[in-house]
Amino acid sequence: MQRARQVVEIYNANPTADAGHHADEPTRRDFIHIAAATAAAGGVVATVWPLVDQMNPSGDTLALASTEFDIAKVALGQQAVVKWRGKPVFVRHRTPAEIAAARKDDGAPMRNPAKDEDRVKKGKDEWLILVGVCTHLGCVPNFGSGEYGGWLCPCHGSVYDTSGRIRQGPAPRNLDLPEYAFLTDTRIKIG
Amino acid sequence: MSGHSNYEPKTGIERWLDARLPIIRLAYDSIVDYPTPKNLNYWWTFGGILAFMLVVQIVTGVILAMHYVASADHAFNSVEHIMRDVNGGWMIRFVHANGASMFFLAVYVHIARGLYYGSYKAPREVLWILGCIIYLLMMATAFMGYVLPWGQMSYAGAVVITSLFSAFDGVIPGLGTAITTWLWGGFAVDAPTLNRFFSLHYLLPFMIAGVVGLHIWALHVPGNGNPTGVAVKSKADTVPFHPYYTVKDGFAIVVFLILFAWFVFFAPDALGHADNYTPANPLQTPAHIVPEWYFLPFYAMLRAVPDKLLGVLTMFGSIGLLFAVPWLDTSKVLSMRYRPTARWFFLIFIATVFLLGWCGGKEPDDVIIAVGRTANGDPTGFTVTWASRILAIYYYAYFLVVLPLLGLKETPLPVPDSISSPVLSGGGAPAMPAGSAASPEKKG
Amino acid sequence: MAVKSLTAGAFVAALLAMAAPAVAATHAAEPKDVEFSFEGPLGKFDRAALQRGFKVYQEVCSACHSMNLVYYRNLAQKGGPFYDPKQPNPNNSPYAKAIAAEAMVPDIDPDTGDAVMRAATPADHLRAPFANEAAARAANGGALPPDLSVIAKAREGGPAYIYSLLTGYAPPPKGLTVAPGQYYNPYIPGDLGAAWSGPKDKVPVGGVLAMPFQLPPDRVSFDDGTKSTSAQEAHDVVTFLAWASEPHQEERKQAGIGVMAYLLIFAGIMYVSYRRIWRNVAH
Repeated sequence: MQRARQVVEIYNANPTADAGHHADEPTRRDFIHIAAATAAAGGVVATVWPLVDQMNPSGDTLALASTEFDIAKVALGQQAVVKWRGKPVFVRHRTPAEIAAARKDDGAPMRNPAKDEDRVKKGKDEWLILVGVCTHLGCVPNFGSGEYGGWLCPCHGSVYDTSGRIRQGPAPRNLDLPEYAFLTDTRIKIG
Repeated sequence: MSGHSNYEPKTGIERWLDARLPIIRLAYDSIVDYPTPKNLNYWWTFGGILAFMLVVQIVTGVILAMHYVASADHAFNSVEHIMRDVNGGWMIRFVHANGASMFFLAVYVHIARGLYYGSYKAPREVLWILGCIIYLLMMATAFMGYVLPWGQMSYAGAVVITSLFSAFDGVIPGLGTAITTWLWGGFAVDAPTLNRFFSLHYLLPFMIAGVVGLHIWALHVPGNGNPTGVAVKSKADTVPFHPYYTVKDGFAIVVFLILFAWFVFFAPDALGHADNYTPANPLQTPAHIVPEWYFLPFYAMLRAVPDKLLGVLTMFGSIGLLFAVPWLDTSKVLSMRYRPTARWFFLIFIATVFLLGWCGGKEPDDVIIAVGRTANGDPTGFTVTWASRILAIYYYAYFLVVLPLLGLKETPLPVPDSISSPVLSGGGAPAMPAGSAASPEKKG
Repeated sequence: MAVKSLTAGAFVAALLAMAAPAVAATHAAEPKDVEFSFEGPLGKFDRAALQRGFKVYQEVCSACHSMNLVYYRNLAQKGGPFYDPKQPNPNNSPYAKAIAAEAMVPDIDPDTGDAVMRAATPADHLRAPFANEAAARAANGGALPPDLSVIAKAREGGPAYIYSLLTGYAPPPKGLTVAPGQYYNPYIPGDLGAAWSGPKDKVPVGGVLAMPFQLPPDRVSFDDGTKSTSAQEAHDVVTFLAWASEPHQEERKQAGIGVMAYLLIFAGIMYVSYRRIWRNVAH
């Protein structure tokens, strides 16, 4: 151990003498060293991207990013719940009374004003398609309670009307509209 | 660390941190200012390459673990999911699988360097032993990792290696069976085995990282060895690690990456086995069971011995021998640069390991030199098994006979006074013979 | 230096030793010398061959062989047989939807809970011919037709081996006993010593398998008018199987060219930097 220490002490005998540094040596900022550092940095960046991107949704997850649904099965006044991207989507076949109630309140004071006709597709007023997740803290609202004839969230009492607009309670936004399209009169594609 | 630190914190934040946790000082002392012998050749770059590969394996491994499912029903398919559906998954998987091979390639070069240059000799015995521990942990990690894809060869490998422990039934009746049942978590390799192998495969690399930290610490206490085997005498013998060896190691890593990238992008399955793309089937054993190439020499030694328990002991003993090398080698001269006779034996040892590896990839009854034919027309003669036996005997003899005897009997070449002197005087022979006061730190 | 040449010499000796012949217990004929466009570092898949090969799979192989890891959407993804640059999202590809819709796949009726069959969508894997392994064995005399998703990587010899097997059927040599339901093929590894009654040192190479010859000429008619010889059918189906075994192959090789070019340049820059730093140090 003594001898090992002797070896070590020799390293530090002349702390100021610096092997290999000569007065005439060009500055360390030689272009080639900058080029090397730049190439290294570039390589690191190019490597990091795939390591990050791998956490983005994979091919099979993206395959389920959209769902097609046959709406012919949903009778008037009924609602189907479709699982889409892990969340419930309400597909509601509205009665004329529900549509009328929604249209009547178009101008009424509400936290997140919206016209009912903007929340449905042209010519398809009876089909209301909403993401069934309360915009407050994420519970699934139930239909048929609450004084506006629409949905009531059991968790903190948010009340939505027959157009899915927030009328009472703590939720900040109307029930969200997913991206969807009518492929035919009886088939929709969500997402 | 030992020795005086030259680090001077420049900014206020640096001073604040330095007073509380001198981690920047530690980094500065270890990889910036650290005095390193100036005559290190490229065999010395493999330590840095290994550190780089450990990071690569851990990063890619953690990412794969985000997508891999360690259940016997889903493991194979989850690996294919990674290959097909995960963004860039094919690349991460191939980097990890080929990275294991590159990791072992580098570690074998690193060990060979140690054996050739006497890097294990005093005062670096603990450094060497820590390295042997890292090597054992690597082998365990790689073995368990290969089981995870749950292909035919994964399963066969798991069965063969775990079943080795049943040899202990010959020591105490029932002991071996108890051990294998405990390892398997059942009566055969199955889902519980896979699950625990996944857990341990995730754990062990972090233990390797810890031991690597100790390994570097144990290196920095005496300082690096060097190709002459002569200790550092003065500052004139050293250069600061940065930029001299950061850049040299960086260059070596890039060259290593070229080989690595060749495998990953152009021959990603070359080092693997086709049978591992067939899902594991316990009812059907592959025709030729072989481990990955880096285990082949040990596989050959295992099969060379007819008795199961002795075969197991021979195989584990061949690794255990490495731990004893600092005490088996009696030479006062460290580096085989100055030990011409030892060099020959070392080269034969390297060739032996290569040939053992070749044997491990063959069937035990394959005939190398045919001397006749049986009634069936099959050749008879010098078989792979006999070759493995002779080679395994030399492997053991190198450590148990050659290294101890040669150190006492050999007349080495004159060893230089110091690292700088062969350079300054044009590489000539110094005045004093080896073993005298020229190297005071060696035991007399 | 002496040590270096000694090391090199030892290495060469070891390599030569590895070249020594050794006889294996199972014999098979060497795969035929056939070329594929996707082989090699610059290999690419011939899209037309992929489409023809898929048709061969659908009309011939899929009667017995599943491909459970290949999805209809994979057919329309980049690099696949039916990729269309105007439809980068394979889930929306009309080709993928049309091909999928032709297949009926099992599902559970969400209203009744009964097992039903429905038209496949791009999100489904290729229709499997049998519900499970037991059904597959029962329909094939106890033999299980292997899943073909990774077959080109799961067999020693890869695509050349599969091509040789498919085109290499030959009548069994006189003296070889082949059980009914088994077929002799010189390219499949096997040990025919027990079934051979001829001279013991002339056991035929190859083995037997439960699949007969499947690709006579004109078994499949190709939509692009290519003459469907046995060799063409085999070549195209092997191309398709090679793609299915690793759909990202082309992308891998292209990335590899870029990475190698970058690394070679980077190595050169690092070397110059290294030499510049060490220029004034005697070492």
